[in-house]
Parts: sequence; C-alpha cells; structure tokens
Amino acid sequence: MAAPAPTAPPARTARRFSVGPSVGLLPFLAYLTVFLIVPTATVLVGAFQDDQGGFSLDKVSKLNDETPVHVLRESLILSFSSAAVGAVLGALLAYLIVTAPPTSVLRRVVSAVCGVLAQFGGVTLAFAWIATLGFGGLLTKVLADTLGTDPNGISQLYELPGLVLVYTYFQIPLMVIVFLPALEGLRPQWREAAVNLGATTWQYWTQVAFPLLRPAFLGSMLLLFANAFAAYATAAALISQGSPILPLLIRNSLTSEIVLGEHNFAYALSLEMIVVVAVVMSLYAWLLKRTSRWLS
Amino acid sequence: MKVRSTFVVLVALAASAALAGCAPPDDDKKSSTTSNGTDAAAATSVADFGTMDDLVKAAEDEGELNVIALPPDWANYGNIIKAFEDKYDITVNSDQPDVASQDEINAANQLKGTDRAPDVFDLGQSVALANTDLYAPYQVATFDEIPAEFKDPDGAWVNDYGGFMSVGYDSDVVPDVTSLDDLLGPDFKGKVALNGDPTAAGAAFSGVVMASVASGGSADDIAPGVDYFKRLKDAGNFLPVDPTSATIESGQTPVVIDWDYLNAAETAKLPSWKVFVPENAAIAGYYFQAINADAPHPAAARLWEEFLYSDEGQNLWLAGGARPVRADAMVEAGTIDQGLYDALPEVAGTPVIPTNEQTEAMAAYLADNWAKAIG
Repeated sequence: MAAPAPTAPPARTARRFSVGPSVGLLPFLAYLTVFLIVPTATVLVGAFQDDQGGFSLDKVSKLNDETPVHVLRESLILSFSSAAVGAVLGALLAYLIVTAPPTSVLRRVVSAVCGVLAQFGGVTLAFAWIATLGFGGLLTKVLADTLGTDPNGISQLYELPGLVLVYTYFQIPLMVIVFLPALEGLRPQWREAAVNLGATTWQYWTQVAFPLLRPAFLGSMLLLFANAFAAYATAAALISQGSPILPLLIRNSLTSEIVLGEHNFAYALSLEMIVVVAVVMSLYAWLLKRTSRWLS
Repeated sequence: MKVRSTFVVLVALAASAALAGCAPPDDDKKSSTTSNGTDAAAATSVADFGTMDDLVKAAEDEGELNVIALPPDWANYGNIIKAFEDKYDITVNSDQPDVASQDEINAANQLKGTDRAPDVFDLGQSVALANTDLYAPYQVATFDEIPAEFKDPDGAWVNDYGGFMSVGYDSDVVPDVTSLDDLLGPDFKGKVALNGDPTAAGAAFSGVVMASVASGGSADDIAPGVDYFKRLKDAGNFLPVDPTSATIESGQTPVVIDWDYLNAAETAKLPSWKVFVPENAAIAGYYFQAINADAPHPAAARLWEEFLYSDEGQNLWLAGGARPVRADAMVEAGTIDQGLYDALPEVAGTPVIPTNEQTEAMAAYLADNWAKAIG
C-alpha cells in the first residue's frame, strides 16, 4: 500500500491504517492457499480415494506393506542421521565463528561460504559428487592410487550411505546459518557472572549455556530434518535403482509405466510424510514448552 | 472487526482459488473442420479427408504437431522429426523428450483442451493398453500390411517398432560377452548398468525378464531375473547409474542392458560398442503408436501416422536400428532398405513377447521385491 499523502486529513489516515495490515497479508495468504492449503487438501482427499474416486482405506492401509515401511524407515534414518551430523558439526563450526573477532576475515569468509553452500543442493550437487567420487572422479583416482580403493568409483555413492554424505554437505552450512544468531545471543556477561559465582567451565556449559541453547539447537535440527526429509532433486539425480526414500517412491508411483494406477497411493505416501513432519513438529513444540517452563 | 475482515479475505481467496481450479479450460479448438467440411478429429482413415493431398492440406493449415517423449537418439526420432518437417510445412513441437510413457498420459490429461496437449503418443505396452479410451481410432493407408497381432482391429493403437533386449558393451574395456552369466565374472566389477528402474521403466523391466528367461525363468516367472540382479549386485558388478549416451561415451557405463536398437545406435558414436542378444532369451518388445482423441492438431496427428507407417517412415526407424512393424511386408515388396535390415543384430531362438496379463503379474512381483534385491 502506498503511504498516505501528506495532505490527507488525519482521520482518513487512521481509517486506512486499520485496513492496511490485512491487505498487506493478502499476497502471503494467497501464497499459502495455492501452495499449502490446496495441495494439502488434495493430498488428504486423494489418499482416501480408490482408483474410481470413491472412498476407500485401501491406499492408506497399503502403507503397511513391506516396501513402503522399509522406505519410510530408510527415509527417517537418512533425515535423522544427516540432521544429527549436520547439527553437531554445524554447531561446532558456528561456535568457532562466534569466538573469532567480528572483524576477522576468517569469520566473514566462513559465514559467507556457508550462505552459499547451504543453497547448493539439487542436481548440481549430485553431479558435483559424481565428478568427485563417481566413475572417473577426481578423488576416486587419487584414492585408488594412494589407498588402492576400487578405481571404478564407490558404488555406495548411489545408495543410502552416499545420500547421507551428500546431504551433510548442505546440512552443515545451513546449521551454521540458523544457529549463529542463537550463539551470538549468548552474552559474555553471563559467563562472567557464572565464573564470579565460582562455576567451572564445565559447569557453565552444562548448567547455563546448553540449557539456554537447547531450544535453538533442537529447532535448527528440526529444520535440518525437514530439509532432508523432503529433499528430492539430489536423490533423484544420484539414485536410479530401487526408490529407497519416500520422495522417490512417490515419483515412482506417479510415473511408473510398469506398475499402473498408483496415483492415489502417491497421495497416501504424501499424507504419511505430512504426518511424520507434524509429529516431529509437535515433539519440538512440547520440548520447547518444557524448556521454557524450566527457564522461567 | 479486524479478525473478521481477514476471515472474509481468506474465504474470498479460497473461493477464487477453487473457482480457478474448477473452471473448464477454453475449448475453442475442438471442432477443426477442414475446407471440405470433414471433422478431422473424427476421421478414421485418409478417405474421410478425400485424398492424401486433402489430408496434407488440412494438416498444413493446422501448421503444428505436438509430440512428447521422443528422444532424438531413440529409434532415430531426431531424423524422423526432421524428415517430417522437411517434407511438410508443419512445425513439430517436441516436448519433454526424456520422460516415460506414463508421463505422456499425464500430460494429455493435464493439458487437455489446451493447444499444448500432445497430439500423438508412443507408449510402452502396459501404459498403452491401460488407456485405450484416450485414443482416436485411425487406420493408416498401410493398415492391412500390419500383422493382426500388432494392432487394434479398429486402429485405436498400432505397434510401430520393436526390438530385442540386448547387452551392449565396450569391447575395449571388457571381454566379449557370450552369455548373461559372463556378466557375473570379476572382469565386470562395477560395470553393468540397466536402463532405468524396472518398477518404473519398460526397457529395464524387459531387461529383468531377459535375465529371468536366461536363468531358467519364463514370462510367467520373473523371480530368477530378480535373483540374477541380486547376484550381480552381490558380486559388486551392478552399477546403479542410469545409462545415457553421455555415460556410455564417457565410459561411466561400459556395459548396458537395453533394447538392441538403442544399443546399436551407440555404435555409431563409439565404434568399440558391441551388441549381444542372448540366444536362449530373446525378449521382444514393441512400442504402441496412438492418436490423442483430444489432439489439438487432429489432421497433423493423422498425417504424422501416415508418415510413420509409410515406407519412408519405416525405413527411418530401421536406420535407427529398430525393427519396423511392416518389415516383413516390406521385405516381400522389396521396399525395405536391405543393407540396414541385414545389419540388425543376429537373433536366435524363439522370441518371447510377454502378454499384458503376464506383464501385470511380473510387475506386481517386482514392486514387492526389486527394492529389496537391489537396495
């Protein structure tokens, strides 16, 4: 909304102000509707339909079959392990950055690089790894020459362990970005106060700093988890056999030319993903509530 | 008050979104009647247009043809499209050349009523037979020369070209392949790739059928094939990379299980690339050609079919290493390009063509077991 003209009477300005905020929200609400509410509703309805469009629990109960359960487990393992590795290493790196003086070149370079790498995902990242560790990759040759590993490349790159490694590549910098503000909020005065009261370094970390940082740490880790859980393009470019994670199984259900009529099963799988994220988020909210109660 | 106005905004938004979602697409292209009053979308043969020249004129009036999922290096489609454009005054819009058959049907449904919808399909067997209500029946001029088992009696679909499952390999990198069991040996460590995931792509599916038949299975029993790939993986020989011309030329995938016409096309770029069809397991597969019933360019779609099934179109497929469906009739009539026909890979033994029921049963088994065997 344009700012009110300086000549406008004060009464008009006041009236415009009361409409302003909701009008300003419009684009956001439109965005939410198109990209969140409509798709979620479509998924919800589709998951409970059979191929003819009638109500049915078939597709949802099919989630209990061996393959979808196996794939869900792999997806959770991948998301959790890459989030845990990313969170721990990212937090350590963030701490190193925070302890450097604000003007130091190292600090500025590392945070700038993290900003770039956190967004370096998708097909480009997959190809970067293939060029590094795949067949004829740069590192593959070095490793084969020095350590005597397989000169044909490491086939685990195209499987789940490879995905954990590749995901960590964008999880660590993302953790640095989202966790840095929390670490910066940790005031030196608190440490001085603790030391004045006779606390050791260990006591300061375990009884003051960790409890203060825990909500931010868990929140960041949740973000990393969701980030890995929903990531698609990197995995799609790397993995061509077996659809080992949920986003790839959804793709397969939609586009397979061998197993037909699985569209509604794709909806059921999406519903499962929504439920998983909802559970993780409620868990986080509950943890946060506990932590804040303890703090107050 | 404020809460309420926000709520009103939300409702209005939701309503407008719902309306936009429901509004039927503009349908002004529906009745494309030609100059002599023929409804091109209802034409079932060239006679409905009058003569071949009338069909050409109607198609050139439309001026465009939308094709989908036709990779330029697949069965010579790059040259086929070019030859069609050179011959007629029609622009071919080749959309998403690398997608799978099901994507063609998805695109037809999603773009239905727009002028971007695909006009013609080139489909794998299961997808083709599951969507027959989407096709417009049309009998090309050479319809009678196509064997009955390769067409729908009304011409809703017609097989177009086919081939046999094969093993392509770089003879500079690996020893000559004489049987599928060779691939389990130590010379093939980390070198054997399959063209796609067999639970998703037709070529990979037929590759597993081939492995099955070669290892004592049949078109009714694909389990030995899955077991073969499990052994291949346990030996460290299976390379889980999706092979393309690029991976073959760069040496990433020195052994590729794929249709013989796709493997044969690689030999032109990589002379040491050889093609082997196992003699005890000749798995044949034909693709299905059909016209979209809602084609935005119905006359051009029909002209495209006439072109594909003409001697010229069939020989163009042959030039891509594929076996055109009219091959036998053309050999008899002497219209086939004999040099190209003789250059096709040697195939011995009875060809196996899985029926639709067999394919469905095998697909169900694969959906449950492939990820376990290979994951």
